[in-house]
Amino acid sequence: MKKIWIITKRELKSFFDSLMAYIMIVLFLGFSGFFTWISGGDIFLVNQASLQSFFGIAFWTLFFFIPAITMGLLAEERKSGTIELLVTKPISDWQIIIGKFFSAFLLICITLALTLPFYITVASIGKIDHGAVWMGYLGLLLMSASYISIGLFASSITSNQIVSFLIALFIGIFFHLIFDIIGNTSGGWIAGIMNYLSLSTHYESMARGVIDSKDLIYFFSIILIGLVGTEIALSKRSPSN
Amino acid sequence: MEVSVENITKTYNLQKAVDNISFKVNTGEIVGFLGPNGAGKTTTMKIITCFMPPNEGDVKVGGISVLKDAEEVKKHIGYLPETNPLYKDMPVIDYLRFIAEIQNVPKSKIRERIFEMLQICGLKNEKHKKIGELSKGYQQRVGLAQALIHNPEVLILDEPTSGLDPNQIVEIRELIKKIGREKTVILSSHILAEVEATCDRIIIINEGKLVADGTSATLRKQTQKKEIIKVTIEGAQKNDVILALQLIDTVEMVDPLPDYTNSYEVQSKVYTSSRSTIFKLCMEKGWSLTEMTLIERKLEEVFRDLTINPNNSQ
Repeated sequence: MKKIWIITKRELKSFFDSLMAYIMIVLFLGFSGFFTWISGGDIFLVNQASLQSFFGIAFWTLFFFIPAITMGLLAEERKSGTIELLVTKPISDWQIIIGKFFSAFLLICITLALTLPFYITVASIGKIDHGAVWMGYLGLLLMSASYISIGLFASSITSNQIVSFLIALFIGIFFHLIFDIIGNTSGGWIAGIMNYLSLSTHYESMARGVIDSKDLIYFFSIILIGLVGTEIALSKRSPSN
Repeated sequence: MEVSVENITKTYNLQKAVDNISFKVNTGEIVGFLGPNGAGKTTTMKIITCFMPPNEGDVKVGGISVLKDAEEVKKHIGYLPETNPLYKDMPVIDYLRFIAEIQNVPKSKIRERIFEMLQICGLKNEKHKKIGELSKGYQQRVGLAQALIHNPEVLILDEPTSGLDPNQIVEIRELIKKIGREKTVILSSHILAEVEATCDRIIIINEGKLVADGTSATLRKQTQKKEIIKVTIEGAQKNDVILALQLIDTVEMVDPLPDYTNSYEVQSKVYTSSRSTIFKLCMEKGWSLTEMTLIERKLEEVFRDLTINPNNSQ
């Protein structure tokens, strides 16, 4: 546990030292704030004390931002050769992977925590369904964790950050959009499977304030599969580094 | 803590990078690892440091197998990889703290150890600079500092002096020698003079196979089958001397040395010595023999012999 935290601490510090974290936070707050309060289907247009529009926007912004956070986590270590340094220290591959996973997850937590003023504001101007808001945040966190896990896997199979970013988006878009589209356009058992595989189905039900153990199993399965894939990729030591 | 490498073989894409290598390094010994590029030096080091497991064989560090308990082995090893990878965006002092924490240095001792490392490696004035801003020589020192920070019993250094200027090379060599008194050190190098100056023992590998193992003196002797001597004979005509020397049964070749007037290099036939015959010859002829020295082969030649055609050494 201590080792995991050492890795997490270093990664978090490097996010904030490299301005990556600030850019990410500012852009995220800018995007989600703009669409929640000012433009499109914003809160005043809907005229309801709910954060549905925010959750809808965050769903997309995080989809694009998370691969940008995770792309360097292992790819950069491979490129600079520091992975050799890490794995020859008394620390297990799993500790490295979990440490890096948490660093990205904590950055998302910090970012989402900064949107709490949205919640406070809306709660003060109308009657808000508190349960739905917390469930929505939980949904965002679970979705983020899933994409971080996918992004970490993408980062573990290449030493090129851009490639890693694109692979993460490519895998992500299936869960984010394509399974959903196939599910809606096809019928029968295919539709059932596709709808279950689609991340948006599970997220939307949570954003409405409904939680089911099925949803939790779904998110945790993605996280686990991503991390196991990362471990497999990392345990294959290439001779070049 | 001793390191014993037992019949390790490592194959990459059907090619054997390391082929059945075995050797043992004792505590307090500094062993130099020599070999041409691609001989398998780095691969062997990567196996000892638990970066990757061997396909066959085992490595034991202080009796602990790298296959069974890599985590425990890693605690006792300080490793400087060939490429000296570093987190370039971290300041030196933060980086050393990070490595110290990962290496289980007790919290109360971290400050003290970092301070010691900065002192030993001459990094005191650079401690707040980002590693990426340092010159290659200083980066190498940071690499060495991170390898030493937890006071490991076994040090594996892959080309520790590459990229350093001559003064720094001497400093690092002295440092390695000092450390090597109590620890087990394995270092690889291309520079033969360096290995000769720093190491107690030399291991030469070529094409994944171990071709020689011994002190530099024994290696020279082992490969030196033909005696070469330098003689200086005064009071005689050059041509007479050459002719007379060539008539000796055991002499294979006589070469007048160009920089001297009366000196010659005499090479004897395999496994023979011509020294006493030459002495007697001079007595008979009444020439004065003012010098007779055995020319030791340079390590470079030994190395070339062993690595260009490995069969020569047997």
